Amino acid sequence: MAFESLQDRLTGIVKRLRGQARLTESNMEDMLKEIRVALLEADVNFKVVKEFVGAVKEKALGQQVLNKVSPGQMLVKIVHDELVDLLGADQCDIRFEINKPTIIMMCGLQGSGKTTTSGKLARLFKRKMAKKVLLVAGDVYRPAAIEQLVTIGKQIDVEVLNMGVDISPVEIAKKAVAKAYEEKFDVVIIDTAGRLHIDEILMKELQDIEREVKPTEVLLLVDAMSGQDAVNVANAFNQQLKLTGMVMSKLDGDARGGAALSIKHLTGVPIKYIGVGEKLDDLEVFYPDRMADRILGMGDVVTLVEKVQEEIDEKQAKRSFNKMMDGKFDLNDMLAQMEQINRLGSFGGLLKLIPGMPKISEEDQEKAKVMMNKTKAIINSMTKDERKHPEIIKNSRKIRIAKGCGMNSSDINRLLNQFDQMKKSMKEMSSLYKSGRMPKF
Amino acid sequence: MGLFKFLKEKISGKSNAQKDKYVAGLDKSRRNFSSKLKILAARYQKVDDDYFDELEQILIEADVGVNLALEIVDATKKESRLNGISNPSDINELLVDKMFVSYAQQGDDIQNEIVFSEEGPTVLLVVGVNGVGKTTTIAKLAKRYIDQGKKVLLVAGDTFRAGATEQLTIWASRLNCEIVVGKEFADPSSVAYDGMKKGKEIDADLIIVDTAGRLQNKVNLMAELSKMKRVIQKEIADAPHETFLIIDATTGQNGVIQAKAFKECTDVSGVVITKMDGTSKGGIILAIRDELGIPVRFIGLGEKMDDLEEFDLDQYLYGLCLGGDENNG
Repeated sequence: MAFESLQDRLTGIVKRLRGQARLTESNMEDMLKEIRVALLEADVNFKVVKEFVGAVKEKALGQQVLNKVSPGQMLVKIVHDELVDLLGADQCDIRFEINKPTIIMMCGLQGSGKTTTSGKLARLFKRKMAKKVLLVAGDVYRPAAIEQLVTIGKQIDVEVLNMGVDISPVEIAKKAVAKAYEEKFDVVIIDTAGRLHIDEILMKELQDIEREVKPTEVLLLVDAMSGQDAVNVANAFNQQLKLTGMVMSKLDGDARGGAALSIKHLTGVPIKYIGVGEKLDDLEVFYPDRMADRILGMGDVVTLVEKVQEEIDEKQAKRSFNKMMDGKFDLNDMLAQMEQINRLGSFGGLLKLIPGMPKISEEDQEKAKVMMNKTKAIINSMTKDERKHPEIIKNSRKIRIAKGCGMNSSDINRLLNQFDQMKKSMKEMSSLYKSGRMPKF
Repeated sequence: MGLFKFLKEKISGKSNAQKDKYVAGLDKSRRNFSSKLKILAARYQKVDDDYFDELEQILIEADVGVNLALEIVDATKKESRLNGISNPSDINELLVDKMFVSYAQQGDDIQNEIVFSEEGPTVLLVVGVNGVGKTTTIAKLAKRYIDQGKKVLLVAGDTFRAGATEQLTIWASRLNCEIVVGKEFADPSSVAYDGMKKGKEIDADLIIVDTAGRLQNKVNLMAELSKMKRVIQKEIADAPHETFLIIDATTGQNGVIQAKAFKECTDVSGVVITKMDGTSKGGIILAIRDELGIPVRFIGLGEKMDDLEEFDLDQYLYGLCLGGDENNG
């Protein structure tokens, strides 16, 4: 997760500053140094770090520490505000055209994730906004780049315009746009080959595409792992093309993404989306304030809530809720709930979004996932009757179920105990609910 | 001080072709790095603390990393005080000297070329995060050893990314070498196993195994690499003989974390830095060597098939700091 070490350092700072009446040059000096090193280690651009530390210092100096707030917390708040500032105050969406196709052109260095992100964007527009999307295979240079996009297109059921490799990308883009007008596509996403920002011939090719198709959006892909040079790259792209936004890829790694954040500050090009995994669903809208919170370890509650709301089939939820309240909750409902959680994507990713739970290692997350899969396997090995009436499961049934899922009877026992516990606490909740001491669903 | 002279002398003994490639490949990096040093030297009459701060900044901007940058600058500062050096351009020479020392200290000279086993196929496993250029580098390495008269077999172990197998297959046919591929989403270990068998069958000298890109914090995917290794060993006991970690030159400090994580699960025997022909300074080379002692074996200096060079620190520093000056006069 990005910026974890800044989070750790800030926690240390809060502790050390306990009991100080105000922030002064001397008690801040070490902290500012730590912030500086943390940001540099996160690949935040040198110039940005300098400015950032300066700004924090200026704002913090002489700050009277408010009642009930520790000086450390005060400083963290200042750092947070400055971070939000750095990340860009507002969230920026893709601009969609009205009554004509929206044309999105992807560009970036080799290996920054253009093709994968094209697929993710297509899926997002199709699934969440019900747009008719056309993917355009414009990378005629890298071997099998077209096959890659075609395969992705199949996976997400989106049409891919594939004109082979013996045609110039400019021609492909023109044809794609003509086709989009003719066949009434809402969105056209043009994938392009990766290129160095100093490659004059290939940069000119992008300019030609831009001139010919007049894209609504020109998105630059920036790898979250980029180093200090990323700013030069973005500058060069921005000078030669009219960038309208950035997508930060590979943010699910442990890179801190500092370079990409610096780009926003130094070029003014906003980050619009972030890539958070290898699956085609793993693309999120970028929210500067939430990112700042996340960096500081406050947990990203809003994202969590939205994610949950979107995925959980409400009817299903209501049904199991009613069953719960009637004390009729059975193993079928338990299974259904698990599948919903699974659909939310990475379990660990979800846990990380909950405040107060920042310390779950990747390993623990994997364990939790394994446990969940085991439970699913057990329930799937039961008959319908057994799922409805778990109490009928006695020894010989246990042995059969264990065989069916490749585990032993003790695993089955553990699950049944767990289920009993759940049922018990649900009964308690239900009586609370019925007595009106709990808010209505 | 005459250190640059020392570097020039060392370089003069080396092949011109290689020198030219380094000088050309690092052209853009140099314009950034050495011209920054020069501009800095021109701005100062005498060296003071601010000067050293700016040197530190230049190093950090080259992705050398905060800690190593501090170390190098401190060492430079110390020596300059000791010897009473205050002329900016002498200090710069001293700095390059220290960069050199910081790398060279970490171990003996390394053989860059793959060490071939005496009997049976030599196995090279290629790993790295997503999008660093593994497949392209494999093609370049294959070409290098085919040109040396070796029989090379490619194994398409990236069964995950769409189009990865096709990409390697295209390279295999262009290079006219054999390739083992698995079904889409097949277990990469099973493909590796088939690869080993095939390699023994056709008596290949070198088997290069491609793997899917993986971010180093994904526990499952890292465990998959360990499994691949075990499965490979079932067929060829002392394989893989080499494991190359591919790192993108534009990578920042995460490169060190990558090297650490991959080293833990696969015995990385060398690093290949790709995309050095951009404007990145590849300071990560020094940072990785400093923290982990893993040597850089090859660097990618361009998109053409033979733009892969043995890594040579003298050439790298020469290309980064000096190369262009000579041509200018």
